[in-house]
Amino acid sequence: MKVLVPVKRVVDYNIKPRVAADGSGVETQGVKMSMNPFDEIALEEALRLREKGQADEVVAVTIGPQVAQDVLRTAMAMGADRAILIQTDAEVEPRAVSSLLKAVVEKEQPGLVSMGKQAIDDDMNATGQMLAARLGWPQGTFASRVEIADGRVEVAREVDGGTETVSLSLPAVITADLRLNEPRYASLPNIMKARKKPLETIEAGSLGVDLTPHLKIVSVAEPPERKAGIIVETVEELVQKLKTEAKVI
Amino acid sequence: MTALVLIEVENGRVRQASRSAIAAASHFGDVDVLLLGEAPAEAASRLSGIRRALHAPSLKHALAEQAAALLAGLAGSYSHILSAASSTGKNILPRLAGLLDVQPISDVVAIKDESTFVRPIYAGNALATVQSSDSVKIMTIRSSSFDPVSEDGNEAAIETLETPADDGKSRFVKLEQSQSDRPELEVARVVISGGKGLKDASNFHTLLEPVADRLGAAIGASRAAVDSGFAPNEMQVGQTGKVVAPELYIATGLSGAIQHLAGMKDSRVIVAINIDPEAPIFKVADYGMVGDLFEILPALAKAL
Ligand SMILES: Cc1cc2nc3c(=O)[nH]c(=O)nc-3n(C[C@H](O)[C@H](O)[C@H](O)COP(=O)(O)OP(=O)(O)OC[C@H]3O[C@@H](n4cnc5c(N)ncnc54)[C@H](O)[C@@H]3O)c2cc1C
Ligand SMILES: Nc1ncnc2c1ncn2[C@@H]1O[C@H](COP(=O)(O)O)[C@@H](O)[C@H]1O
Repeated sequence: MKVLVPVKRVVDYNIKPRVAADGSGVETQGVKMSMNPFDEIALEEALRLREKGQADEVVAVTIGPQVAQDVLRTAMAMGADRAILIQTDAEVEPRAVSSLLKAVVEKEQPGLVSMGKQAIDDDMNATGQMLAARLGWPQGTFASRVEIADGRVEVAREVDGGTETVSLSLPAVITADLRLNEPRYASLPNIMKARKKPLETIEAGSLGVDLTPHLKIVSVAEPPERKAGIIVETVEELVQKLKTEAKVI
Repeated sequence: MTALVLIEVENGRVRQASRSAIAAASHFGDVDVLLLGEAPAEAASRLSGIRRALHAPSLKHALAEQAAALLAGLAGSYSHILSAASSTGKNILPRLAGLLDVQPISDVVAIKDESTFVRPIYAGNALATVQSSDSVKIMTIRSSSFDPVSEDGNEAAIETLETPADDGKSRFVKLEQSQSDRPELEVARVVISGGKGLKDASNFHTLLEPVADRLGAAIGASRAAVDSGFAPNEMQVGQTGKVVAPELYIATGLSGAIQHLAGMKDSRVIVAINIDPEAPIFKVADYGMVGDLFEILPALAKAL
């Protein structure tokens, strides 16, 4: 079975994002970029399936500009066998991304798509569900455990009230939550080896997908700033303030 | 314009988060609600401001595959389809959007007009105003931003729906629910959260619970606390956990990483208790206390 892992290049999670002065978006010039943390987890899960003998090939795919190649190299350094760049300089929303991914799925015919539950830049949490819908495949979102047996995949899902388990026929789409696994680091020798792994580039425009955004960003603003308050010295003082000043207890 | 809201019922009552989504939907004209599963539709029919309650009793476990197919069949009659930004809503509505080739709008915190909305991006470090050109707008609503509608409306008509055939691709296996007598995290008036600084699961319980008991508070956790096994995942507050905005949020032994702040910085009053005066949580706290939580929390429980 082949596993396809869509990965997104995003502002590194350790960086505090800054809103651009003209309100058009968030500064990305000269900012450290990395693979979306959830996608590292999704990739790790795919690699483990291959190591268990349940998958035979792991293919990473990203949709983005030429520079997005760097997350594909990282994916291959972690262990992906090969990678595909769907190249576009356009801003793509989950609607377009899921359409492009559908085209890749039709070409590659994976038995499983393992992806992140959420990109930490747009925080949409939508692409996996949309891709599953377009393919008519079942979905296992917010996965914290994935087990393949008898042509089905059992997925434990993190839901509001606890954990839900579903069983899906294959092929299926799963989206990884934080606790699914702890992704490995790419070792130096593997980073060297990854340079020789195949990376295919496909023009997004050649896939016959309408990339025009349906959701236009009108403006981006800083959220209201919260100011630091005061430091209290004793528990008595704290309780007093909460009672008489803040009036919350 | 007419809106449809996918609602959730828990213990016989419509969840507060769903009632907030109805409040948001009322910006768009008439509101119908859709209830999945065996819960009695009467729970929904008395919601204030709704026109009709649709009920699909055979969709027991709200599996996304069937629920989205059902919604796709109804979508032609609505200009807006909404739900709470709950795990159920986030599972189903984007799938519906995929079926209809619509770009969904996640975590809406404000409505400017029928097609213009505000939503947080980058873990709440920026607020984007977005405009949708889709003919049906599909969105999830951040409940802390909309006051829930009440449950004392006139009895609305209930309509039972046939559900699309199930292809068996997705099957429900089980739901492991955590039992708690405490208020639900997202709707609690007071939340006390613990982080890695609590050091182990037993401290997490013995130090936080007495304070929570005194205040009638829900208990939350940082991701580090959840990862270390101090608390179950559904207690996680943050970018990828629950978003809360209580009257009072007490953060203890957690540093205040941006991903955690994303889930609580809209709380009305924030208290931080941390041994490290440089901890970033103090930058957002109204009242900070620098010191050892192993001494402060027992004293706080006593003083309350
Ligand atoms: C994609 C992604 C998503 C994430 N989503 C979330 C999320 O939703 N929610 C979340 O919380 N995190 C999230 N994180 C993790 C986040 O980045 C931090 O790692 C995490 O919040 C740290 O938890 P903590 O504050 O408990 O631990 P630490 O950062 O280790 O802080 C522990 C604190 O305890 C204090 N302390 C220690 N001992 C004592 C004592 N005796 N008395 C008082 N104070 C003491 C220390 O001074 C320190 O400030 C996410 C990370 C990623 C990459
Ligand atoms: N441009 C992209 N290229 C590849 N994968 C993507 C892209 N955008 C989103 N994804 C995948 O979809 C997941 C959810 O993203 P989102 O719906 O934007 O929150 C991510 O974790 C990735 O796995």
